[in-house]
Amino acid sequence: MTLLITIIASVIATIVWYAAEQRDAYKLGTLSLIYWGASLMWLMDFVFEYAELKTEYFNQAFADILNDSLLGVAVVTLGLVAWVVILLIKDPKGVFKKKFSKQ
Amino acid sequence: MACFIVPAAEAIAVTAAYVAVKKNEQKLQAPKLAEGGKLADNTAKITWSKRLSWLMGLLWGGVLLLTFEHFWHGEVVPFPPFLTAMASPEDTAEMLHEMATVGVSMAVTVTAVWGVICAVAEAKVKAIRNALQKTAA
Repeated sequence: MTLLITIIASVIATIVWYAAEQRDAYKLGTLSLIYWGASLMWLMDFVFEYAELKTEYFNQAFADILNDSLLGVAVVTLGLVAWVVILLIKDPKGVFKKKFSKQ
Repeated sequence: MACFIVPAAEAIAVTAAYVAVKKNEQKLQAPKLAEGGKLADNTAKITWSKRLSWLMGLLWGGVLLLTFEHFWHGEVVPFPPFLTAMASPEDTAEMLHEMATVGVSMAVTVTAVWGVICAVAEAKVKAIRNALQKTAA
């Protein structure tokens, strides 16, 4: 579930990056790269686990699925937090510069 | 267990390379920018610093989220030795095996996908450059 949720987040972030006119101003590429990096790494983790467990991999207990889903949501949130921090530090639109030069 | 350490090591190496390449590009571009104000559009290309920044984004993003996942599962702790697999020699051996298999595969896959992204982007820029040159001629 963590892998699935992260891949969905990657696809949404990529579509937003492609569609948005101000993709550079909001550093949407960075958000896409964060999610795709994690998705690719978990994909490899899945490949190794699937090779070991085969179809048993998909027979998980409900509690495990719920825990994995919660982790997926937490991971997507952490990705968003990381993106906002990068956005505020790099400040591509110069919001802080404008704000401080006014005062 | 600690598979994210391999991509993390790669991310550190790539960041160091990015800083060096960026400095070098700034040195090379400074005289050109001083002469013409800006670079001509039909000579536009994807710089190596740009390419490396994509790889950095993929690696650091993945490492950040995977570190959190390991923290969630109790495999990473905020006190020494930081990795619970370091507690016993058996667990450490298993961790090293996982790093050598899953960790290396993660690093290789991310780098391979980055290579494909660079190739596609280069082909797109080349097509735009050719179209611009045809229009100018």
